[in-house]
Amino acid sequence: MRNRFAETFYQLGKQDPRLCVIVADISPAGSIAKFREEFPERFVNTGVAEQIMIGMAAGMAQRGLRPFAYTIATFSLYRPFEMVRDDLCYQQLPVTVVGIGGGVTYSTLGATHHAQEDIAIATSVPSLNVIAPCDPDEAEAVTRWCATQDDGPVYLRLGKAGEPNLTAKAMDPWRFGKLRRLREGRDVCIITYGPIAKMAFEVADRFAEAGKSAAVVNVATLKPLDREGLARILQSYAQVVVIEECVPRALAMEVKALAWEVGGKCRIDAFTLQDEFIHCYGSHDDILAAHGLSTKQICAKLGLM
Amino acid sequence: MIRQTPSSNSFDAGAARNRCRRYRRRILDISQQVTALHIAPAFSCTEIVDAIYNGLLVDRPDGSMRDVFLMSKGHGCMIQYVILEERGILSRADLDSYCKPDGRLGAHPDFGVPGIAASTGSLGHGLGIAVGQAYAEKLKKTDSLIYCVLSDGEFQEGSTWEAMLMAGNLGLGNLVAVMDNNDFSGLERMSEGHKAFYPLAEKATAFGWDVAEIDGHNGQQLVDAALGRSGKRPMLVVARTVKGKGVSYMENEPIWHYRSPNADEYKKAMAEIEGGAA
Repeated sequence: MRNRFAETFYQLGKQDPRLCVIVADISPAGSIAKFREEFPERFVNTGVAEQIMIGMAAGMAQRGLRPFAYTIATFSLYRPFEMVRDDLCYQQLPVTVVGIGGGVTYSTLGATHHAQEDIAIATSVPSLNVIAPCDPDEAEAVTRWCATQDDGPVYLRLGKAGEPNLTAKAMDPWRFGKLRRLREGRDVCIITYGPIAKMAFEVADRFAEAGKSAAVVNVATLKPLDREGLARILQSYAQVVVIEECVPRALAMEVKALAWEVGGKCRIDAFTLQDEFIHCYGSHDDILAAHGLSTKQICAKLGLM
Repeated sequence: MIRQTPSSNSFDAGAARNRCRRYRRRILDISQQVTALHIAPAFSCTEIVDAIYNGLLVDRPDGSMRDVFLMSKGHGCMIQYVILEERGILSRADLDSYCKPDGRLGAHPDFGVPGIAASTGSLGHGLGIAVGQAYAEKLKKTDSLIYCVLSDGEFQEGSTWEAMLMAGNLGLGNLVAVMDNNDFSGLERMSEGHKAFYPLAEKATAFGWDVAEIDGHNGQQLVDAALGRSGKRPMLVVARTVKGKGVSYMENEPIWHYRSPNADEYKKAMAEIEGGAA
C-alpha cells in the first residue's frame, strides 16, 4: 500500500509542480525516493520535528502548493495535533497528512508507535477529511483524489507494504465519501475499512459455510461518512457486523448511533481494538488478536464455530 | 496606492510618530466598546507593525501584494486591524463590530478575513507557517518577502525553535521575523523567571540566522535592519519594546495584557498619547 502510494504520487508529481512531500526523518518509501532524486527542492525533510512539518505544509498550501506531510501515523497526527487542527483544519487548507502504519501495524514497536485511536481522533476534528484505503489499488485511487482536490485537509491512513489486493472484484469503484460494496450478500452485511478488510472476507466465507449470505462493504472514507449508504444497510439487513482496527469510538460507534437514528432493527456486532494500551509484541495479526480481532475469535462470538 | 520598493530614505519618522499616535487612539476608542482587547500587547508592537506596513511591504505593479505580513502573536492583532482599516482593506463597520456577533473580527486573527495571512492565537504556530510560505515563494522563484511578528513568549515554544532550525537549514533569505521583545509573558518577566531565555541574538545566530537588535519603538531602525539584511539567510530582528508603550499606567503592568480601561482611565490614556513622546 505504501509503495503504491509512493508510485502514484511520483507519477502525479511529474505532472503537477505544486505537489511536494514533507517528511519528518522517515526514509522515503519506493518511488518517493525517485521523486526526491528528480525533484530535490520539492522534497523536504524536517528531521525529527513534526510540528514544523505540519506548519510548513500549511504555509506552502497558503502560497499555492499541494504538500503531503508524511511520517509514521502517531507522529503525523498525535505529535503535531494542534498544528493539524489549527494550521490545516481551521484554515481549511488542501494538505494531505499521511499516517503510515495506522492502527497497530508497527506490532513490535510498542504502544508509542500504535495509532490505535487515529480514526477516532481525526474524525472528531471539524473540516478534516479522513480516508483509510484497504489495499494497494484503493490506495492508488485515494492518492489520486488527495493530490487533485482543493477542498481541504485530509488525514490519509495507510498500512505498510505488501498488503494483498481485495478490491479486484468490487461492485463499485472507490469514490470519495461513498461506501463501496466489495462482495454481495443478502443476510448479513460486514462493514469495514483498511487492511483488516481481509478478515471481513474470511468472516463472510464462514457465514457462507453456515448457510448465510454475507456482504462486505468498505467504508474507506470515514469522514465525511456516507450516512445515507449506511442507513440503507441498517434498514435492509437483519444482521450487521463492524470490523475495524481502531478503538471503539470510531466507525462502530457511528454505525450504532446511526442505527438508532434511522430506526434500524438489525442485530449489530462490533469488533474493534479495545480501549486499552497493548503491552505485548509479535506480528500484526498477533497484536490484533490480543484485542480479539482474529477470524477465529470473531467467528466464535458470532456463533460460527 | 501602490507601494514601490522601499528605501531607508522613504520612511518619514515624523509621519510614523503621528500614525502610531492615531493607531493607539483608535485602539483605545474600540476599547470602550468591548471588555477585553489585549491593548498592551498591541501597543508594544505598534511601531513594528507600522514600519512593516508603511516602510517595508511592497505591492506589485498590478496592485496585488508582493509581500506577506503574518501576525504570529495573534493577541496583538488590534494594531493590524487599525492599519488595515486605514488602508481600506477592512472597513470602519468591521472594526465597530469587533468581537460582536454580527462582525468578522475577533480577538485573534482569522485566515479568510481580508489582510489576514494566517489564523493565529495559539502561540508558536506563526513562524512555522511563515517558513512554509517563504519556502513556497523560493520554490516558485518569486521575489516575495515574508514578514512575521512574534512575541518573545512564543520563543518559549518548542515549535518556534523547530521553525528556527528549518529556516536556517533552508537558508530562507526571504524571511524576516521580528521578535516583540517586551520581556513579558502572561505571568512574569522573562528576565526574572526564565533567565536562560537570554541571550537571544547568539541563539539565533547559532541557528543560521542573521540577527539585528533594535529599539522596537523606532520604526526607522526596523526598516534599516530589514533592508540591510544579507538575503542569504533568514533574518531575526530582536526589537526591544515596552509592553503597553505610550500609556504610563499600562507600561510593564501585566493586568493590561488583557484588560480594557474604564472611562477615567480611557481619558487619561488618550491625553498621554496626545501629548506623549510615543
